[in-house]
Amino acid sequence: MKIPILQLKNLLLTSIQVELTDRDAIDFQYDVVHKVAETGAEGLVIDITAMDVVDSFIARALNETARMARLVGAEVVICGMQPTVALTLVEMGRELIDVESALNLDHGFEKAQRLISAKKRMPG
Amino acid sequence: MDKKRIEIKNEADIVLARQAGRKMAQSLGFGPADQTRLATAISELTRNVIQYAQQGIFEICDQSNRKAIIIRVMVEDFGPGIADLDKAMEYGFSTSQSLGVGLPAAKKLVHKFSIKSKPGHTKVTMVMTRKRV
Repeated sequence: MKIPILQLKNLLLTSIQVELTDRDAIDFQYDVVHKVAETGAEGLVIDITAMDVVDSFIARALNETARMARLVGAEVVICGMQPTVALTLVEMGRELIDVESALNLDHGFEKAQRLISAKKRMPG
Repeated sequence: MDKKRIEIKNEADIVLARQAGRKMAQSLGFGPADQTRLATAISELTRNVIQYAQQGIFEICDQSNRKAIIIRVMVEDFGPGIADLDKAMEYGFSTSQSLGVGLPAAKKLVHKFSIKSKPGHTKVTMVMTRKRV
């Protein structure tokens, strides 16, 4: 199952709308990081509204995707996590997800832009 | 009494098993948080099956009685078994490349959790309950 990655100005937007198998998660990781490198996008917003289960494997895949994308120069925001998913992740253990996050796509977009401008203001 | 059995042979079966869990929890009137907890715990256990034993069996059944609504989940495999169960239940311990949170995480999400393991047979049982109102 290929997850579409859309470019909107300086950002990449992607929304996970299907039940991810482990293989899908790993493919997604690869696709996203390549797309960031290819387009030179400054930011990446991953919408997970439709995900009703995020277990430790998927959490790790999301974390790693964010770290990889940052390494190739994009600021990453995950948005739309369902409240019950957030609850479950926190109950399962500390710091399963450690990335910038936002309530919804709208906020995620703004947050990504803020992170990008903050990075540009940084000296050096 | 409702019952469902899924053979866990590949990653797609992990998805089927956790969907079956959510569906039963939902149909028995568990709230969205408990549905997600159960589906997530099932996901962790069935992934362990694929990762360590390649294949196994998932079973979920409605064992409700007059007093309570009870869902029992059983995940079983015939793989190498877990050498040190106490260690395996520690947060952050793993013999593979994983985070080592699967078993302890699953345990935190359900009301009862028990595990038995010897070479050639590992069996995890989880129970989720709610009182009848």
